[in-house]
Amino acid sequence: MLSIKNLHASIEGTPILRGINLEVKAGEVHAIMGPNGSGKSTLASVLAGREEYEVTEGEVIFKGIDLLELSPEVRAREGVFLAFQYPVEIPGVSSTNFLRTAVNQVREYRGLDPLDAVKFLTLMKEKMKLVEIDQKLLSRSLNEGFSGGEKKRNEIFQMAMLDPTLSILDETDSGLDIDALRIVSNGVNQLKSDKNATIVVTHYQRLLDYIVPDFVHVLYNGRIVKSGTKELAMELEEKGYDWIKEEVDSKATV
Amino acid sequence: MSKDNQILEELTSKEYEHGWSVNYEADEAPVGLTEETIRWISAKKEEPQWLLDWRLKAFKTWQAMSEPKWANVHYPKIDLQSLKYYSAPKLANKPKNLDEVDPELLDIYKRLGINLNEQKRLQGIAVDAVLDSVSVATTFKGTLSKLGIVFCSFSEAVKEHPELVKKYLGSVVPMTDNYYAALNAAVFSDGSFCYIPKGVRCPMELSTYFRINAANTGQFERTLIVAEDESYVSYLEGCTAPQRDENQLHAAVVEIYAGAHAEVKYSTVQNWFPGSKEGVGGIYNFVTKRGICAGDFSKISWTQVETGSAVTWKYPSCILKGDNSIGEFYSVAVTNNYQQADTGTKMIHIGKNTKSRIVSKGISAGKSQNSYRGQVQVMKRATNARNFSQCDSLLMGDRCGAHTFPYIDINNPTAKVEHEATTSKIGEDQLFYCNQRGIATEDAVALIVNGYAKEVLNQLPMEFAVEAQKLLALTLEGSVG
Ligand SMILES: Nc1ncnc2c1ncn2[C@@H]1O[C@H](COP(=O)(O)OP(=O)(O)OP(=O)(O)O)[C@@H](O)[C@H]1O
Ligand SMILES: [Mg+2]
Repeated sequence: MLSIKNLHASIEGTPILRGINLEVKAGEVHAIMGPNGSGKSTLASVLAGREEYEVTEGEVIFKGIDLLELSPEVRAREGVFLAFQYPVEIPGVSSTNFLRTAVNQVREYRGLDPLDAVKFLTLMKEKMKLVEIDQKLLSRSLNEGFSGGEKKRNEIFQMAMLDPTLSILDETDSGLDIDALRIVSNGVNQLKSDKNATIVVTHYQRLLDYIVPDFVHVLYNGRIVKSGTKELAMELEEKGYDWIKEEVDSKATV
Repeated sequence: MSKDNQILEELTSKEYEHGWSVNYEADEAPVGLTEETIRWISAKKEEPQWLLDWRLKAFKTWQAMSEPKWANVHYPKIDLQSLKYYSAPKLANKPKNLDEVDPELLDIYKRLGINLNEQKRLQGIAVDAVLDSVSVATTFKGTLSKLGIVFCSFSEAVKEHPELVKKYLGSVVPMTDNYYAALNAAVFSDGSFCYIPKGVRCPMELSTYFRINAANTGQFERTLIVAEDESYVSYLEGCTAPQRDENQLHAAVVEIYAGAHAEVKYSTVQNWFPGSKEGVGGIYNFVTKRGICAGDFSKISWTQVETGSAVTWKYPSCILKGDNSIGEFYSVAVTNNYQQADTGTKMIHIGKNTKSRIVSKGISAGKSQNSYRGQVQVMKRATNARNFSQCDSLLMGDRCGAHTFPYIDINNPTAKVEHEATTSKIGEDQLFYCNQRGIATEDAVALIVNGYAKEVLNQLPMEFAVEAQKLLALTLEGSVG
């Protein structure tokens, strides 16, 4: 489904991604871990099409299409969803209104009729249950004054509404309380199918108890330096990143 | 809900959509402005002597005045002698009812989306349609007159209700008020008149639709609204003009009188031709609007959505004379390309416990300049006066300008005046967030801007709010990305 080859990207001339290789197949869950500043959010942003980042080398093929050629909105309509590490506030625009616009633009692109008010509301009610989100929250201005946890929950609610093929969750677990973590993870799990795939960026092994990954990758200095299964996450939890950094740095000096 | 979708669909059309004109036979005043022009207009309208005298006095006053220069707008000198001051569609006889109105004229309004045919109108909005200088038709007159409400063209009011016109004309905006108000007093050709008797709540929205059609004419309309004690009326005003390379002058006057416990809501969606993307043509919109809360516990509320015109100069104001009276001003002013707007309000607190509220949302894009100019004046007698002002500016791109000129003048120590102002830019991260959910940039801009202006749009009657949202989006198309 997603094939990233030798991806290099920089911002304002500073290289951040320095040769990422990653293969994600339908039905899989990939976890990306790594120290602060290693480039995890950058990778997510580049996949979503944020213009500030310049791709200097490499390719990204998504469902057989050259993803890097597409505008951010077309990527989204093709099924790429990014749950933001820091969701953005839009004053005066309710989540409901925002999502109706989004859902119908996505539907139009996919050749579906727009949802009328009643159908939209029905869909919303169904998806609200999934992440146990309060309807009151959805009539407020999007993310404005939302608590950290509410913002994250709202991201997953949007994901449920948009029915993406590839979901990238950037530290969705941070800010969630213990119960919310379980609820939101359950939501993500229910949305999983053999047709879609999920990339979860996280710092904590705990999330991976709920959303069980098929692969775990460690990103360091703009490269994936180690890949493994869920045991790798356990090992990282226990030992931290130093041993990996040392491994990489010693190789580099050889 | 589905209304919003509709709006978004319509977002795809680009240019100023009312930019067409229609040829019809017109009765026109000769070019130029002299005493003769004024006599010509007055005679044409078969006016009584007192009104001609009033006009001539205004003309004398105006001749001694000079154009105001303090506004933050720049435009070449307007040659007032090259304009025509009167243009009216030629009618064999003044139509007595809608069936007699020239179908061609009705058609113009149909193209604007305004159906003047009463039977076909679904929403209960009474409309007075003004084309160039004269009123062509007023709907729902019968229904309204049963309640004692007068809603008709200004000329008709002069004939049918001279005592009312005489009493209130110039009582809120004196002819000496300013250069454009004096000019209007001298040459105004028509407009709307509305009278709500004591204790009557007007059961429908009253609406005037102004359209400039003829070339090289100025449009000078006058609106007078009188709401007697304990009455209520909501009044809407909309406007469009054809796309022409020359600039055209529009200088209107609106006067509102509110008696004790009366409430008047006045909403405007201003969509005159803004000029081309390169800044050619467009309307010069120099308007004086003022209301007086004459009685205790009266309320006047102005709501305006200003999207059109090349240059706008406009300050709908409230004189809060009655004790406990309330004045409100809600404004969204959008400028794009080379548009310039200098708009705001004046709240003059005279009575005790008077309150005013100002919410101004400026949006500037392209190379436009957008200024808020507002004055809050608290007189000696106005014990416990309150004002709250919120002036926000939203910038799109870095070639436009937003300016705020608040003037506060307080002569009573018990006054409480609060002023808040913010300036923000439409954020890259907001746009990206919308894009990431599948929303195209233009629609994202529309969404963000409408959210920003929501507090003002919420003040508009439903049908107008939808229209206004659409206009905001259209005005800003192509301003980002
Ligand atoms: N505009 C910029 N100019 C220079 N460097 C930048 C800019 N934006 C981001 N960076 C740098 O890029 C690097 C990668 O940032 P990124 O947000 O991708 O890290 P991350 O792995 O997501 O970290 P965290 O775990 O803290 O979320 C960081 O060192 C960051 O400071
Ligand atoms: Mg990050």
